[in-house]
Amino acid sequence: MTAQLTRRALILGAGATLAGCDAIARNAHVREALFSAENFHRWSQRALSDRQALAREFRPDQLSPIFRANGTANPNTDAYKAIWRTGFADWRLKVGGLVERPLSLSLAQLHALPHREQITRHDCVEGWSAIGKWRGVPLSLVLRAARLRDRARYIVFRCADDMGGGRFYYESIDLIDAFHPQTILAFALNDRALSVANGAPLRLRVERQLGYKHAKYLMEIHAVDTLAGIGQGKGGFWEDHAGYDWYAGI
Amino acid sequence: MPDRIVKRHRLPTRLWHWINALLLYVLFTSGLGIFNAHPRLYWGHHGANLDAAWLELDRFPGWLTLPAQYSLAMSRHWHLAAAPLLAFALLFYMGWSLFAGHLARDLAFRQGDLTPRHVWQDIRDHARLRFPTGDAALRYNVLQKASYVGVIFAALPALILSGLTMSPGMNAAWPWLVDLFGGRQSARSIHFIAAFALAAFFIVHMAMVLLAGPVNEVRSMITGRYRVPAEKRP
Repeated sequence: MTAQLTRRALILGAGATLAGCDAIARNAHVREALFSAENFHRWSQRALSDRQALAREFRPDQLSPIFRANGTANPNTDAYKAIWRTGFADWRLKVGGLVERPLSLSLAQLHALPHREQITRHDCVEGWSAIGKWRGVPLSLVLRAARLRDRARYIVFRCADDMGGGRFYYESIDLIDAFHPQTILAFALNDRALSVANGAPLRLRVERQLGYKHAKYLMEIHAVDTLAGIGQGKGGFWEDHAGYDWYAGI
Repeated sequence: MPDRIVKRHRLPTRLWHWINALLLYVLFTSGLGIFNAHPRLYWGHHGANLDAAWLELDRFPGWLTLPAQYSLAMSRHWHLAAAPLLAFALLFYMGWSLFAGHLARDLAFRQGDLTPRHVWQDIRDHARLRFPTGDAALRYNVLQKASYVGVIFAALPALILSGLTMSPGMNAAWPWLVDLFGGRQSARSIHFIAAFALAAFFIVHMAMVLLAGPVNEVRSMITGRYRVPAEKRP
């Protein structure tokens, strides 16, 4: 009886205080303060480390036996099915926006460019991790070929997966991460062409950030000076719709 | 004989205590919210649904999580806003304890404190709820010292460092963190264990405050003033 009462009081007490916290979090200023913690983390992590500091690379015997895919398992749109059916022969990666020389690259052209191979750990925002071996073209190589204009501040990745209501997945990173040596446009995982679940034909690897930044099913790369006006302006699909941090190095 | 009132806890201790109470509450409840996104724990570098988990739990109920309605994004905002405050508060408190003599005077073990006989005596006194009176009440006994030192120098640093180890950005900045814990998933497990060790400390701490006289104890942590329990005459 007493134990039950105590438990009930505890639940009510905890519930009331937590409801209090929830109420506080609805206040615009508190929300802003909570959401701005991201800036502190980004600033301090960048202050603590070399811009080129590498994410850990692992040995082949440390690979996850099965690499769990994150996010969309299959875009399943008619447009995606059409390019999938031909083995992505008709697929082109468009590189545009604030660049001197817009590009349109086929998978074969990407295969012909210099590659980087890296065994890295993929960390999902949910908490799990999987280690995989990625092969792809350094993003810096593609951006140098396209020649960024001086005004360019962010690189936006547009994807083929429709997240509902015609809102396509997208992500963005700043130029520090865009020119990082481990930031690659990957077309192979564990020595095999990228599977649909893992983002075929091409996905981003941005190894110092969480999984949702690693945009899959890449269609277009855009250089922009501001993220305002794209989607809801927060720099990514989950940033817009779930309130995830744009800087996901945390 | 009139009650003797002494100044017991100094301002930095009182401030840090209540800041911690607030932050640890926010961190624990938001941490459970984050855990609910993937309620499985692993050892080593990697760990996902297809790997063997050493612990798999149901989701924690809404009355324990912040926010009550599952939202990984909001739990993370609370957690990541409170975490640096906890870390810097601990750093300042460690520095103050060291330089202001709190550590040497009140927390360091004295000669004889750690003899098995003394420790055993202290455990028996606790079990019989025999609390010290008079001047003895002004000194921490050996179990108190052990738990306070354990919280300040073991549990909280383990929590903070294992939390940092889960950050992919920090992994690149400070690669030694991953080695320290033997992998990101190990760090996540240790983070969880340290959080529940602190929760256990909290429960015992509450019980001791209630048994030792909650009004006097809480007042001493707010105003610093503590009424010394009168010495019992045989």
